[in-house]
Amino acid sequence: MDFLLRPWPWYVSGPLIAIVMFALIYFGKTFGMSSNLRTLCTVGGAGKYSDFFRFDWKAQRWNLIVVLGAVLGGYIAVTFLSDGTPIALSPAAIHDLETLGFVDPGSTLLPAEIYGWENIFSLKGMGILMIGGFLVGFGTRYAGGCTSGHAITGLSNLQLPSLIAVIGFFIGGLFMTHFLLPLIFG
Amino acid sequence: MQYIKYLFVGVFFGIVLVKSEAVSWYRIFEMFQFQSFHMYGIIGSAVGLGALGVWILKKTGAKNIEGKPIVLPAKEKSFVRYILGGTIFGLGWALAGACPGPMYILLGTGAFSVGLVLLAAIAGTFVYGLLRTKLPH
Repeated sequence: MDFLLRPWPWYVSGPLIAIVMFALIYFGKTFGMSSNLRTLCTVGGAGKYSDFFRFDWKAQRWNLIVVLGAVLGGYIAVTFLSDGTPIALSPAAIHDLETLGFVDPGSTLLPAEIYGWENIFSLKGMGILMIGGFLVGFGTRYAGGCTSGHAITGLSNLQLPSLIAVIGFFIGGLFMTHFLLPLIFG
Repeated sequence: MQYIKYLFVGVFFGIVLVKSEAVSWYRIFEMFQFQSFHMYGIIGSAVGLGALGVWILKKTGAKNIEGKPIVLPAKEKSFVRYILGGTIFGLGWALAGACPGPMYILLGTGAFSVGLVLLAAIAGTFVYGLLRTKLPH
């Protein structure tokens, strides 16, 4: 059972993600995690401000249940299915991260330099998380999907719009990683 | 009870994304630096198997659980919204290191500071809803 506790290789994880997509297709739904952000806006009363949020959110309840399960899955994975193996980052990535000032990269899932409480309560630390989250939430709805909806489902269904969106994901991601992160952390 | 299957799918998804380390900020950084095959392997094998499966489903006219033919909704044709929205998403993805799925999953791992990212993402979606009619699509 040791193999369950160690990190799972890509050739196991990728096909399992495809199974998630097929399970939802079989249930008559589509795999798309970012739709829940819109649903949560609607549940919170955003329909008063824009008709974009005026829809029957109860039809999306199934997706909120998937989210609830995902939270539970995260808990189960770290509590019962982990042996604390550090992330086997490539030496090049470790070198680059240390140059940017990250201590012990890969020893935890998230860097303390970004997600640690002591950083969050600084203006810069809070700004990083708020701006990052805002761009994801705004961009995903503008593009009509995120990694699950476009990169996994859309590409599997050979949708050209999804390919364009994924190219966009990379334009933004490469620009952030190569030009902006060195300015933010350098 | 009809919802329990979705709970299981979610639990399974959450476990896979943690065990694959796809929820890790570090893995996203490494991916955008092209320094490891790991994330490309995950997405590539998911899409490879996904495309094969979708093709078979269409070819065989398979039915879903309700006995209805399986249809995957086609994405609306456009260029501007996908390239602009995608780029904005990518900037946030590489900064926060989390896309919408992992945001929820990370909360479950006990990384409660991700809640801030999630709230900001909901705010981003809300602002998009307000500006939608003024944006080029």
